[in-house]
Amino acid sequence: MSPVTRGFHGRRREAAGERGRVPPGQFVTQDFPVLSAGPTPHTPLDQWTFSIRQGGDTTMSWTWQEMRELPAEDVTVDIHCVTRWSKLDTRWQAVSIDTLLTQVEHQARYVLAFSDGGYTTNLPLADVTGGQAWLAFGFDGQPLAPEHGGPARLLVPHLYFWKSAKWVRGLELLQEDEAGFWETYGYNMYGDPWREQRYAGD
Amino acid sequence: MAGTAVRGRLTWETATASAVRDETPTVRTIEFELPGWGGHRAGQHLDVRLTAEDGYTAEREYSIASAPGEPVAITVERLKDGEVSPYLTEELRAGDEIEIRGPAGGYFVWDGQDPRPLLLVAGGSGIVPFRSILRYREQTGIEIPVRLLYSARSLEDVIYRAELDQLSGGGVEVVYTLTRQQPPGWTGRSGRVNAGMLMEVAWAAGQQPVAYVCGPTAFVEAVAGGLVGLGYPAQQVKTERFGGTGES
Amino acid sequence: MEPLDGNAIAGLLREVFGAEMTTAVGTCAACGTTGQVAETVVYIQAPGTVMRCRHCANVLMVVVTRREVNCVDLPGLVRLTPAG
Repeated sequence: MSPVTRGFHGRRREAAGERGRVPPGQFVTQDFPVLSAGPTPHTPLDQWTFSIRQGGDTTMSWTWQEMRELPAEDVTVDIHCVTRWSKLDTRWQAVSIDTLLTQVEHQARYVLAFSDGGYTTNLPLADVTGGQAWLAFGFDGQPLAPEHGGPARLLVPHLYFWKSAKWVRGLELLQEDEAGFWETYGYNMYGDPWREQRYAGD
Repeated sequence: MAGTAVRGRLTWETATASAVRDETPTVRTIEFELPGWGGHRAGQHLDVRLTAEDGYTAEREYSIASAPGEPVAITVERLKDGEVSPYLTEELRAGDEIEIRGPAGGYFVWDGQDPRPLLLVAGGSGIVPFRSILRYREQTGIEIPVRLLYSARSLEDVIYRAELDQLSGGGVEVVYTLTRQQPPGWTGRSGRVNAGMLMEVAWAAGQQPVAYVCGPTAFVEAVAGGLVGLGYPAQQVKTERFGGTGES
Repeated sequence: MEPLDGNAIAGLLREVFGAEMTTAVGTCAACGTTGQVAETVVYIQAPGTVMRCRHCANVLMVVVTRREVNCVDLPGLVRLTPAG
């Protein structure tokens, strides 16, 4: 191990009141850090669609208007980024992924979320259903800002936040798990912050 | 020295902070003793690594503020919400040890071999590599003419003010522009660097100058675009973007 | 943080490749643009370091540092040649 640097502590770990809500190795932030791997896309709402794809075909698609007519909910959740920051009690306005997937017939076991700009991330179907995942278009009562993934992003708070794909445009339904962007470059295929599954093999 | 790569070790070495000097309320220069240091070229960088007790590490890259041959030094700006910069600017004291790796960099370096007039445009902490270049020029007696245009928020935010005043003359012209606040009686320039200011301050394209631009990304891209607009060939405009407060 | 450029990872690349890389010349596999690493668009805050082509945003290189080991992928570079 490298020699310890006197007086350096990194960011402060969880405070007393937050114990139990913060996964191992994380610190709580009041900010909302913007981490990007590429330029911020700006798809106009009249061109935006969210699609479900299977076997190379688009099975179902919603325009922005159609998506906003679906039942939406206020969701308050804690989020955990693999770069070690956690943010508690984040408030979103979102459509449940269950609402979208129940409109499609499928036998998929995995999904690959895909976004404007080419980003992808994979998840088991079981982790984006049962009230665990949303398509979020609002944050803190405001339209979701582009730097945070607006107009809409995936929200899957029980996994590391790289799975909550910004600028999401749809889900590809798959039979086998297929590595997305960060997973291809060494991050964990699943990403459970409570078991600290940051990298492949963790 | 021209054309030779200075090969530093590729691994982390333990350095001892030998001196710290506050340049502004948020900026500090740190000098190191590093026995294995093999030298560096003006404009190069080094990496710093800090390790917490639980093994957590954080690494950052900094431009080397010292000229070749001088004790290795970096100048660090404390970033709001920073993780490493608050440690380096507030906690670290002389005698502390930290890990350093370097030098590295071969693009944004100046060896004084090119005889063409030099334009240096700095935004905020972008001035750091230019200190290394100007001190090197002074040490070696190279007579290439230099114009430095340095954009800072206020006079209090100008880093190395006394040194820069001392380095000017003898072929070095230093022009400051203060973007947010000017002191009473300020006769220097105000406002952001724009095409008009570049036209007045920069070497004319016809003099075949070489330009180095360093600072926050938006600043660098606006200035580089402005210089190309004045007729500077793109290959004669070298750019280095810093992540920072974004305000210069 | 705004995107930076290849200068920001000079030390990282020197360690990974064992040579000075800011002046290395690369060719983008997507658009064919050739240029120096120092002039690429680099994102360093994400879960890994991502280098993109300044002209077409294609991902040229990704470096993920996992427990002090640097893993580098070059998905979008046809060629990468250290200078001199």
